[in-house]
Amino acid sequence: MSVKIYQSNSSKISLIHIFREMIKDVSSSRDLAWILTMRDLKGQYRQSFLGVLWVFITPLMSALVWIFLNASGAVTMADAGIPYAAYVFSGTMLWSIITESVNMPLKQTTAAKSIMNKINFPKEALLIAGLYKILGNTLIKVILIITVLLIFKVYPTANLLALPLVLLGIILFGFTIGLLATPLGMLYTDVGRALPMAMQFLMYLSPVVYIVADDGSWLSKIIGLNPTTIFIVNGRHAFIGSAFESLSYFGVISAVMLVLFFIGWFFYRFSIPIIVERGGI
Amino acid sequence: MKDEVLIKVDGVSKKFCKDLKKSLKYGIQDLGGALFTKKEKKELRPDEFWAVKDISFEVKRGECIGLIGHNGAGKSTLLKMLNGLINPDEGRIEMHGRIGALIELGAGFNPILTGRENIYNNGAILGFSAKEIDEKLEDIIEFSEIRDFIDMPVQNYSSGMKVRLGFAVAAQMEPDVLIIDEVLAVGDVGFRLKCFKVIDNILPNTAIIFVSHNMSMVSRICSRILLMDGGKETFLGKDTSKGIDLYYSRFMMGDDKVVFDNGSLQLETVKLLNTPLNDKKIPILKWQDDLVLYMKFQIMQPMEVPLFKIVIYDKEQRPVAMLEPNPKESKVDIKNNTLEFTVTHKNIELSKGLYSINMNIFKDKSINAMLGINQCIFFQMTHENDYYHPFLLSTAFENHRLEK
Repeated sequence: MSVKIYQSNSSKISLIHIFREMIKDVSSSRDLAWILTMRDLKGQYRQSFLGVLWVFITPLMSALVWIFLNASGAVTMADAGIPYAAYVFSGTMLWSIITESVNMPLKQTTAAKSIMNKINFPKEALLIAGLYKILGNTLIKVILIITVLLIFKVYPTANLLALPLVLLGIILFGFTIGLLATPLGMLYTDVGRALPMAMQFLMYLSPVVYIVADDGSWLSKIIGLNPTTIFIVNGRHAFIGSAFESLSYFGVISAVMLVLFFIGWFFYRFSIPIIVERGGI
Repeated sequence: MKDEVLIKVDGVSKKFCKDLKKSLKYGIQDLGGALFTKKEKKELRPDEFWAVKDISFEVKRGECIGLIGHNGAGKSTLLKMLNGLINPDEGRIEMHGRIGALIELGAGFNPILTGRENIYNNGAILGFSAKEIDEKLEDIIEFSEIRDFIDMPVQNYSSGMKVRLGFAVAAQMEPDVLIIDEVLAVGDVGFRLKCFKVIDNILPNTAIIFVSHNMSMVSRICSRILLMDGGKETFLGKDTSKGIDLYYSRFMMGDDKVVFDNGSLQLETVKLLNTPLNDKKIPILKWQDDLVLYMKFQIMQPMEVPLFKIVIYDKEQRPVAMLEPNPKESKVDIKNNTLEFTVTHKNIELSKGLYSINMNIFKDKSINAMLGINQCIFFQMTHENDYYHPFLLSTAFENHRLEK
């Protein structure tokens, strides 16, 4: 028979024991995660007329705004090698995957707060359900990007085979940032408000809607160091078949993110009882 | 299987903060402190108080412990710790086996989805696998008795239907430890009976913690009582009726008992005659004693002898009996502006427990009250046996065979 022991946080608990519990909770929450995902999706679409359109309406709109600005001559862009519309569309779509990944952990946890107060269930299910939603929406976006590129006569190459790896990096990056911000975000609403603002700022520091001239200026250096740049550039190149850039930097960032992900997950588990107790949000 | 301790609570304490901003700040400190320091912090920080202090008990398989106390006594906090939702600040809790909690029925329901879909949502949150729910689906629908509406969105359900569906799912749990918090108070009589049947069925194989304000339910189910007040234990033991009496004694000392007074008469004395007093100065009547109520009034305005409606209430403030009012031609009269008399009821057959008397005085037969007093006197009934029914009527069992 399983024994659960609850005691004060300051009591000594071995890391290996916690890690084993984490793995156990992941495997025991697979069904719950799937059912929760289905619940949210069904609930969302049953009460919506546009339905699945909402997955990509926001990035589509911001792409259209930039296409209009460029076409009207209000802003001019350097030559990207592909039509600007295709460039900006792939950029905003990839960017929306990052923002969704960043926002998902906090969104999922906040939505489940009332249940967390009452019932003890593996909270990993919330995170996994969030990942399922991100993966589903990402699939839709990928199909859309490929379709739009085909319309602009940009044909996929063998580079497309590397796309899953790049997307995995993108999601890992966003999700880890979101996961790290969640415990604080559950206690203070400021975090939930600040995150979209910070993401907006980051977007303009990445080549999402404009083409960065590699002119050695301080701005281009910052943009080059910005981790999201590497994800957007390589994501786009996987679609359009250009050569991948800064692969070592990509690898380092992904490895760091993987470590941070486990730290964030551990911290998340740890913080849940304190969040429930303090009644954050 | 029997005598196996499933719940072990050892010196558990929990502190809470009265101020939200400070509470959040402490939350951050706890988040950081718990990770990086191993020092136990016992003292209270500003604005903190002990919501639960030093509670210890054990529950074996087949036992049910009743957790009672007035609002804010710390019951819910203790339950949250037992359920693993929050961590104790001191002490240790050990829970053996599968834990089921009937704290919120229908958790995880999405109102837009149908009852059938929500069975899966709720079941999964309670820890069932998808396969288990598939197998139990028919039983759940059958138990809920809402088969006709099972494919309707839950937002159109009445609250009773939602609770029925939630309980139908929860009833499929086969827990070793079951935590029940007030959920059985909702729903109609049929539903409550059903709940009790389920609990009676699982009790022999389960350790139950039952939280309720309904003392007749507590005395029916529980074999032990833990009474809490201000986070501390005030009573823990197998004498459930003693625990329940202690619980009620907190509410006894009422404040403003006069509910209506038009100034025509004043109550001077009220007491029961020929009765001993208990240690709290409450008169004690043995079962089948005579109830002799003595009253003395000061008459402020000239009047006829008014009509006395005297009602006996039990400790849950339910009226259980009314004493027959005084007839017009009774010998009671007013002398020197004083009204002084006794009311007698012979061989009182109220069952064991604490009772109070409410009095309403009317001018003759009119509906105009002159004086209304709640809980003007308490008395305690004693009997060797404990029953939760209000009356224990004396009987004679004799042989009797009808001729064919």
